[in-house]
Amino acid sequence: MNSSHSRLKITVLQVLVAVVFLLCWHIATTTPLFAEPKKMQFFFSTPIDVLARTWKQFTGGEIWYHLGITLTETVLAFVFGATGGVLCGFLFARKELLAAVFDPYIKAANALPRVVLAPIFALWFGLGIWSKVALGFTLVFFIVFFNVYQGVREVSQTVLANARMLGMNERQLMRHVYWPAAMTWMFSSLHTSVGFALVGAVVGEYLGSSAGLGYKIHEAESVFDVTGVFSGMLILTIFVIILDTLVTMIENRLLVWRPGQASTSANG
Amino acid sequence: MLGSGAIGVAADASVRSGAQPAAPAVSLAGIDITFNLKDGGRYQAVSQINLDVAPGEFVAVVGPTGCGKSTLLNAAAGLLQPSAGKVGILGEPLKGLNLKAGYLFQLDALMPWKTALQNVAVALESQGVAGREADERARAWLARVGLRAFTDRYPHMLSGGQKKRVALAQVLIRDPKILLMDEPFGPLDAQTRQIMGNLLLDLWSKDRKAVMFVTHDLEEAISLSDRVVVMSAGPAAGIVGDYKVSLKRPRDIADIRLDKDFHEIHRQIWQTLKVEVQKAYAAGEGKDMISDGAIAGDGR
Repeated sequence: MNSSHSRLKITVLQVLVAVVFLLCWHIATTTPLFAEPKKMQFFFSTPIDVLARTWKQFTGGEIWYHLGITLTETVLAFVFGATGGVLCGFLFARKELLAAVFDPYIKAANALPRVVLAPIFALWFGLGIWSKVALGFTLVFFIVFFNVYQGVREVSQTVLANARMLGMNERQLMRHVYWPAAMTWMFSSLHTSVGFALVGAVVGEYLGSSAGLGYKIHEAESVFDVTGVFSGMLILTIFVIILDTLVTMIENRLLVWRPGQASTSANG
Repeated sequence: MLGSGAIGVAADASVRSGAQPAAPAVSLAGIDITFNLKDGGRYQAVSQINLDVAPGEFVAVVGPTGCGKSTLLNAAAGLLQPSAGKVGILGEPLKGLNLKAGYLFQLDALMPWKTALQNVAVALESQGVAGREADERARAWLARVGLRAFTDRYPHMLSGGQKKRVALAQVLIRDPKILLMDEPFGPLDAQTRQIMGNLLLDLWSKDRKAVMFVTHDLEEAISLSDRVVVMSAGPAAGIVGDYKVSLKRPRDIADIRLDKDFHEIHRQIWQTLKVEVQKAYAAGEGKDMISDGAIAGDGR
């Protein structure tokens, strides 16, 4: 961010962008400028309708249930995926034979677009939350795995040699050098992996479920309720922003030792 | 071959350490170190090195860049295995890592995820000291190297000189019998190097550990040490000069460089070193594949 522009000026301009966007949307859909308003509203809804619907959803209470489901799936997918990724990344980085043998299979598995697994997971784990968790897991696992694998292998040789010269045994090296290095890389992929956990959950819900934000959006789409679709997207966006802010807070706290900590971009 | 230009009375190391001659702190006998290169070739870094460091002696090893002096130090540390020859530490043959020695690296070797205090305290863990006692001792050592106010800083919040101070405390807290130093002040600016040099001498004078100090800076070598060993340009570098430095102690690194005797010693050693430096330059960039800083562990 350019420091020569004041914070206030930037905020005002940011708000202005939103206002102009909403105004254009409003004019386009409520005046006969481009087409008949009724027709335009069928395709694009209006900003006021979307905001009103979103407000009603939040005050109505039903949406909280769906948010809760999506959040649960996201968190579970992240926790399982990250745990698996850290453990496997760690193991592979320390056991070269294992890494060499499994290398082509891991690459192949990662190359597969995960969306095609969604129906299979629905078949295996049912339409409840576990098929979505499984989908999120396959996304999160590989991100964390590759990061940790790389991170542990690229631990500074000098730091390692120094720790050895300080008399550390394998267990102590693990605790003071390898493990913190692995954790660092896991946290540096935190934004991306949380984002993908959410993608897994929402896509899974969208393709087959009876609850969650993805389900709500899909439901609205199936009856051509454009207002409902946009409202669902808005809620999803708010949800992602809150989640991302939380992740940033956690990251800043855990990676306090890092110089000029640069965070990865969000991927929700 | 061996030039033995001594100024003043060259006291034999064994005389200083008492009546019975103690075993050398570090004894390198007939050391050859050969690396396997990636292209399948072999590169002999050092050849037939014989070097003893007596207990309490401060020996500086100088040589042109790339001559294998760090490699030699790594052999003394047990970080790499010589292809021939014997490494003896305090009279015993070295097996595995040399844990009687503290090693100060040229590059940053602190754990970036630990504070200065944690970095120093963790060095005691292998001696079974942890928790509050380790913290207290680490705090005392950080105070001794002048970092009382910086205990909770992470390495990236410290300047280059401060990081070296932490590294020094980390090494010395274990009270090693031997100090191995690989151009430790190389990356620092001139003033900081002098300050660090004086700090090192001050700490060293308290219990006189045996020191093997590798540097390419001849002035630094003379101002710190009791003895300067000159290595030839690689490949297959050997020792081409061994000089006593009998300047009085305690010394001030900055002041001693103005001393008349300092200039005389410098002139003598430089005559030997200059030839090797010119050889190294003439050989060109071709052998950069084995850099002098080559670390640690590849030979094992």
